[in-house]
Amino acid sequence: MLESKGSVLVVAGLFFFGLAFVSNALVPALMYKDLPEKTAEQLVTANLRYQFEDLARRFPESFEKHVGQAPPDGPEKEQWLNDRCAELLRIGRKVYTGEACWHCHSQFVRPVSGESRRWGPVSQSWEYQNELQRPVLFGTRRVGPDLSREGGRRSNDWQAVHLFKPTLLSDGSVMPEYPWFFEGSPDKPNLRGLGLLTYLQWLGSWLPSYPYYEEWTSAHLPEGVEPGAVDQGAIDAANQGVTGDGDAEPEAQPDSQSAPQDNEAGQDSSGEAKPAEPAVSEPAAESPPAGATPESTTEPKPTDPKPTEPSPEPAPAEPAAGEVPAEQPIEGDRPPAPDEPTVQFSPWGPFFRQEVA
Amino acid sequence: MSSASLTDNRTVDVDRLVDRKLVLYFYLASLTYLFISMLGGLLMAFQLIRHNPLSGIEIFSPGRWRMVHTNAIAYGFLANALLGSMFWAVPRLTLRPVLSRLLSWFIFIAWQGVVLATAGGILLGQAQGLEWGETPTWIDPVALLGLALVVLNFLPSIVMTKGPLYVTLWYFMAALVWTFLTYAMGNFMPEYFVSGSAAGAVGGLFIHDLVGLFVTPIGWGLMYYFVPILLKKPIWSHGLSLVGFWGLAFFYPLQGIHHFLYTPIPMFLQYGAVISTIAVELVVASVIINFFGTLRGSGSAFITNLPIRWFYTGMIFYFLTCLQCAFQTTLTFQAIIHFTDWVVGHAHLVMFGVFGLWIQGIMTYLMPRLIGHEWYSRRLCEWHFWLSAISLAAMATDLIAGGLVQGHVWRALLPWDVSIEASMPFWVVRVFTGLGMFAGQIVFYVNIYRTFQLAQQGAPEAAPAARPALVGA
Repeated sequence: MLESKGSVLVVAGLFFFGLAFVSNALVPALMYKDLPEKTAEQLVTANLRYQFEDLARRFPESFEKHVGQAPPDGPEKEQWLNDRCAELLRIGRKVYTGEACWHCHSQFVRPVSGESRRWGPVSQSWEYQNELQRPVLFGTRRVGPDLSREGGRRSNDWQAVHLFKPTLLSDGSVMPEYPWFFEGSPDKPNLRGLGLLTYLQWLGSWLPSYPYYEEWTSAHLPEGVEPGAVDQGAIDAANQGVTGDGDAEPEAQPDSQSAPQDNEAGQDSSGEAKPAEPAVSEPAAESPPAGATPESTTEPKPTDPKPTEPSPEPAPAEPAAGEVPAEQPIEGDRPPAPDEPTVQFSPWGPFFRQEVA
Repeated sequence: MSSASLTDNRTVDVDRLVDRKLVLYFYLASLTYLFISMLGGLLMAFQLIRHNPLSGIEIFSPGRWRMVHTNAIAYGFLANALLGSMFWAVPRLTLRPVLSRLLSWFIFIAWQGVVLATAGGILLGQAQGLEWGETPTWIDPVALLGLALVVLNFLPSIVMTKGPLYVTLWYFMAALVWTFLTYAMGNFMPEYFVSGSAAGAVGGLFIHDLVGLFVTPIGWGLMYYFVPILLKKPIWSHGLSLVGFWGLAFFYPLQGIHHFLYTPIPMFLQYGAVISTIAVELVVASVIINFFGTLRGSGSAFITNLPIRWFYTGMIFYFLTCLQCAFQTTLTFQAIIHFTDWVVGHAHLVMFGVFGLWIQGIMTYLMPRLIGHEWYSRRLCEWHFWLSAISLAAMATDLIAGGLVQGHVWRALLPWDVSIEASMPFWVVRVFTGLGMFAGQIVFYVNIYRTFQLAQQGAPEAAPAARPALVGA
């Protein structure tokens, strides 16, 4: 009986496959069927719209050439910006898959290995219930960093130059160059470039912790705060978001533990990237879920003026997440400032760290 | 062909049932794609050590070539070689030709069209966001139709066989059904029907089933076919054969989600995938015991008989990779090794170390029979084996070790650059191991070409005493 054609065909071929399909594919699909799948239009939040309009300001010629000219101020302009933004998200997703970005950059943060300290809140199912995760881009390899909370961490300028030639900004980067996203220079992105920039800035724009900055050392943590405490608050906030239909109301989530931490590393340049009076006149779609971060307890971030110098002591230069202001020359390598010690990390040196004068 | 006389008392000239030219063409296509795939792998390897000679050229984008690398292996190298081998084995086991000679050639041509279109689509930036299934979405229905034709071509002759089926045919029959279903599920469901975590679960199932329900059963089916022929004795234990087949059929499809542990996919499904993965390793052990039981008493064949050496080396790698899998799929290991080169090393160990070696062993056995002349040089055959096997073992070891380093650097929350610098020595070694595998292929191609030349010149075969037999048959 075990060797008969019928049992091999029907039991092994069809039934066992079907059993696995039901238990491993249909069960999760049914579990999430009540989480509504968002369209690209529904993914356009105020956070993303801010970055999108920033693209239009920084690359006006390219934007007008490839995306178009916005109508004069008014509801039509709002609609136009939202529509174009969604369109570029779709284009960006195509570029992201077509160029195999997802084979070297994952898009999920695991609850282990300190990942929530490095990348931000642990990933939740509702974050992936959208059109741009068809098929989902979890990824299986990290040659480069996880990107699921990349949005807002770096300016559009930084992203453009980095895509054009990664080693200009990131010494020793092994990322390939993508000059074909640009028309000759990083300040002239083409449609694919603009789409990819929009897509990158979208990643994580739905989170209350947006934009998320990692902490390398405990030096920045205020006294009495345990490392990792910030993550728990963000996780709780994200859990709040998943209880309903995945479309959380922006309700205040006071989190005393995480409050002092979010303004530390890397904020000096983000203050530059976010002027106090953003051009977003109205939060575009629904407000992003608000939660753990102190800035977003009452309003979505872009409309919330930031302190120009949030940290009394600016964070030391970090080779990994260093940001370059827009005024920096983009051709050639950036020479280190004369009084700024060049820190090189070498895993093969003693204590994994060497300081070079 | 002893299995022929077991089921049928009539004398059948099995050689007339097989279209040798078709098998040869499948093999040549397979080797061509292996060559292209290796070029793609080398390009990515050079990119990672910052020495990409083609940097900044769109059509040579390392990311796109990385996808060509994996797809050319799965659909070009493995699929062509496995199909070719099935066109050799199935008529001999069923004592019937396949459904239609014309259909067979149509499948050959259509499948090359599918693979070339896939490569072209990926190089033009149209890849689908599904790992191992980056085939542009417009090709998916065509590929599925091709798989349906494959089923149509093989299944009738298997089903019409009278009496009990040999082990190989269990595997083939189930694999024909599984491959079709797997391809349909993986390419359509996460693209058109579900998104997010559910799509991730299906994607994991697809990655896994493509290896487990397409390549593995056909690969083992071929081992059950060729090993007894070459060793001139039956498989050691029929009972263990049954355990192996039914264990694989039940446990293998249940494991897909182990590719996405610690994702937002529900935890109980992740636990289920882990448990069934560990369970299948026991099944694997039974199959390995069965084959080494078969080898028992003929151990010298492992040294003297080249195809047997390819096969059993592959089986040793299979045991190692499955043992590794039982550990790496646990949540403890996953915390460190997921996302690292450990997984890349594992993939190379499976795809090249097991199935690649088996296929090249089968080719070493069949090529002289297809070309019609003994190998040009046994010494080149030896070089092919040792370069491939040693380079692969070195690459897998190197990547697995590198993965451990990466995982620990990440867990220590060191800056990302540190993990890149820490990987660099491993990536440099990887380039050289890749070049070693590549060199093995070049040797193989030269050997095949010279054998062709000899066959065309009609050179007489060397005397058996002067040229030790390559194969046992």
